Amino acid sequence: MDRLLDVRQLKTPQLGPLDLAVQPGELVQVTGASGAGKSLLLRALADLDPNTGEVMLNGEARDAMLPVQWRRRVAYVPAETAWWGERVDEHLPADFSRETALHLLEQVALPEASLGWEVERLSSGEKQRLGLVRALLNRPRVLLLDEPTANLDLENTKRIERAVRAYLAEEEAAALWVSHDTLQRQRLGGRILTIRDGQLEVNAWT
Amino acid sequence: MDLISLSALDLTLAALLVVALAGLTIWARMGLGRSLLIAGARTVIQLLLIGLVLQTLFDHAHLGWVALMALIMVSIAGYEVMARQQRRFAGLWGYGIGAVTMFVSAFAVTVLALTTMVGPSPWWEPQYAIPLLGMLLGNTMTGIALGLDRLTQTVWRERRTIEARLALGSGWSEAVATMRREAARSGLMPTINAMAAAGIVSLPGMMTGQILAGAPPVEAVKYQILIMFLITAGTGFGTLGAVWFASRRLFDTRERLRLDRLKPGRHT
Repeated sequence: MDRLLDVRQLKTPQLGPLDLAVQPGELVQVTGASGAGKSLLLRALADLDPNTGEVMLNGEARDAMLPVQWRRRVAYVPAETAWWGERVDEHLPADFSRETALHLLEQVALPEASLGWEVERLSSGEKQRLGLVRALLNRPRVLLLDEPTANLDLENTKRIERAVRAYLAEEEAAALWVSHDTLQRQRLGGRILTIRDGQLEVNAWT
Repeated sequence: MDLISLSALDLTLAALLVVALAGLTIWARMGLGRSLLIAGARTVIQLLLIGLVLQTLFDHAHLGWVALMALIMVSIAGYEVMARQQRRFAGLWGYGIGAVTMFVSAFAVTVLALTTMVGPSPWWEPQYAIPLLGMLLGNTMTGIALGLDRLTQTVWRERRTIEARLALGSGWSEAVATMRREAARSGLMPTINAMAAAGIVSLPGMMTGQILAGAPPVEAVKYQILIMFLITAGTGFGTLGAVWFASRRLFDTRERLRLDRLKPGRHT
């Protein structure tokens, strides 16, 4: 099978060196004790922290791409999304397609009008769902989800899980998903990476 | 148009006012007496020293001495800028960004003013060059220090927002634009306010000094206008430059936010 994301000798001061390959459409879970380096792995892949090693997307080297292009294709979504403008639509990519936005909003059960909502008045569930929509509007090939449902109730959590699944299937994209929730891990299924002290310890299938 | 010379008695009387104030704060246990007295003593010693230095400089006017004096002034101002940062850049950058931008802006504006506007002969005549540079440095220093401090503080506070924008595919410049704007604003506001309030709320110090020295008010006003514009230009260009360079330095070539390049200053 093709490799969508191919990581060789990825290294940061706290992490690696580690190798990793992810297939198109795959959802890989990342687990490990807190402080083991799960977030650091995702941040290094998004190139948000200094790191060395070779990272390729569809055979294209990261270093040959502008950082801006890379991060649009390999999108990091944190546990708590940050907002800087007053209205939701100030946070969307300049050239997003309305059609795609409507489709994504539908999958996370939000109305079209939510794009005009004031950020101040969003609930944490709405923030996370809109945060996911915002990231997906860039049409990333790889999603790096750092506990995206950490502070959400079960209903909102499941909406996000469904939306990610649907996106991966439609776009042949892949996701690395950090989760602490055992039930969520069972729901998500697929391959599980366990990180311990910055090293990839287990690379197993559920 | 004679300058009334001040006697030692005159200065003693003025000093007594400060001592009386210090006495009052000590009596009221406000904890300011000591600082007041020390600062007062520093004023006397520092100003007397600089008076002597300037007198010597004026007596032995030579480009080399003037340049040396100017360099010393810039290096001290550079240190001041650095010391006023709560979070400054680690290593040489902590000193370099402030000192270099101040050197470029304050120096360039002073030389420009001396050669084209004021026009003493020789152009580096210390009686004009040193006070002009001093006024420019004093204001540029404040502007750059305020701008840099605001920039590093807001970037530190807003790091999650900046990283969120980077993660969504914004470039470094876009991700930090709001903080940069705020920093430039905070560096320039004192100068803009001073221009707006000049002559209404306060009589600027230099103009007052010239009038006291016997200059006709209109002449003093012309000098003050010139100085204010020079200060605005020096502070403005210096602050914009320092804020731009500092904001660039907060990101590396892969446009990652590098807060590890900052270290806590001595005031934290």
